[in-house]
Amino acid sequence: MEAIKTTHLVKKYKEKTAVNNLDLTVHSGELYALLGVNGAGKSTTIKILSCLTKPTSGEACVMGHSVVRESDKVKAIMNVSPQETAVAAKLSVRENLELIARIYGADRKDARRKADEMLDRLSMREVERSRAVTLSGGWQRRLSIAMALITEPEVLFLDEPTLGLDVLARRELWRVIEELKSKMTVILTTHYLEEAESLSDRIGIMAHGVLCAEGTAAELKEKAGTDDFEEAFIKLAGEALK
Amino acid sequence: MRALTFASRNTKEITRDILALLFGIVFPIVLLVLLAAINKGIPQGYGPDLFEIEKLAPGITVFGLSFLSLFSSMLIAKDRSTSFMLRLFTSPLKPADFIIGYTVPLLPMAIVQSLVCYAAALIFGLPLGVNLIVAVVVNIPIAVVFISLGLLFGSILNEKAVGGVCGALLTNLSAWLSNIWFDTAMVGGAFKMIADCLPFSHAVSAARAAVAGNYAAVFPDLWWVIGYAAVLLTAAIAVFSIKLKKN
Repeated sequence: MEAIKTTHLVKKYKEKTAVNNLDLTVHSGELYALLGVNGAGKSTTIKILSCLTKPTSGEACVMGHSVVRESDKVKAIMNVSPQETAVAAKLSVRENLELIARIYGADRKDARRKADEMLDRLSMREVERSRAVTLSGGWQRRLSIAMALITEPEVLFLDEPTLGLDVLARRELWRVIEELKSKMTVILTTHYLEEAESLSDRIGIMAHGVLCAEGTAAELKEKAGTDDFEEAFIKLAGEALK
Repeated sequence: MRALTFASRNTKEITRDILALLFGIVFPIVLLVLLAAINKGIPQGYGPDLFEIEKLAPGITVFGLSFLSLFSSMLIAKDRSTSFMLRLFTSPLKPADFIIGYTVPLLPMAIVQSLVCYAAALIFGLPLGVNLIVAVVVNIPIAVVFISLGLLFGSILNEKAVGGVCGALLTNLSAWLSNIWFDTAMVGGAFKMIADCLPFSHAVSAARAAVAGNYAAVFPDLWWVIGYAAVLLTAAIAVFSIKLKKN
């Protein structure tokens, strides 16, 4: 099944075209990485798919629901872990988790149970009662992802999930993301190419609002005629930018 | 249910802010205690009658409520500047849930604020009675005025600007134009005219009438405040909804 499908998707901001006639398909259960240099249109695409902004024209569907006409249905089945850490500062880790669970419809008892599950799954018991504002960057990012996972989304958008983290914290988050594979559809945007290569089932490269290349890491390297993924990215994205 | 869940989060965010508690509860009480103590030291008939406890206490309860604007506007402006708001925008929360969530926690706080202030005033001889409960209820429309102003400014200004507008400008303006600290008739002219057009002095007059048990005098002052509350709340909801859609 197609978890995400966009058809001739266009988003314009005055004179600037951020997304240009984008046709993108992500299959259910896939971990799909969206790569591109700054201004390539990745964030705008994610914004459209997560109902934060409306497309200028074209169609975008999440699990068969239109993000324009059925945004309530889309919002109920997807979740986002934004680029910057998105937590309620003065709430504890547990309170943050229960807050999101309840906003998505869980009753008090169910929210508590789901928070317990998340605390164990993401090994967060030791900071359960700490206020979010007191946590390190790595813990905050982990909490932010846990807040997205607690709603058991069918589609999860991870926007630069490991940005600014040290190597150990990044690898720890990779482990968490890898565990999500096949349990839900994950759309990952990242500037760390090794992250995309290591975690993704398929990778899409965007430039000037257009999907200029798509495939597995191996297919993209083959297409670019190189064994190095970074080289392949530079070549494929660079060609599109010329 | 979603709105109340969000309201509960906002209550925690505000009540866990030491500065909010200091300004909202402690500061008005310190003012009340100081002014009441000074007034007690002045021989009967020589001090300003505005500082007699029956007039001072209702005035300070209204002044204390002006900090509600600061609390609500700071919370909204701060949320708007973070990715936490982005997360909420992608959730099933609807515009009405946001507005209820930001407004509801502040009403009980307004009631608690007024109750604590009147309780402190009992020490200085304010008679205990049903009038005080009526006075707390009479303060609700002016609380809605301040909450709406907070929602309005928090929706359009950034965190830094909101501190200046709601923290300094609004609290001072509402204090000067309220007849709490001095009678605006003493200044007269345009100053008094502006004061009479705004809701603050009317809210103080209504609260004083309630404390005095002169219920007939509560209106039309209270109608004036209720009118402002209705208009400002409607404007705040409209602006917040527009900003929500724009985001």
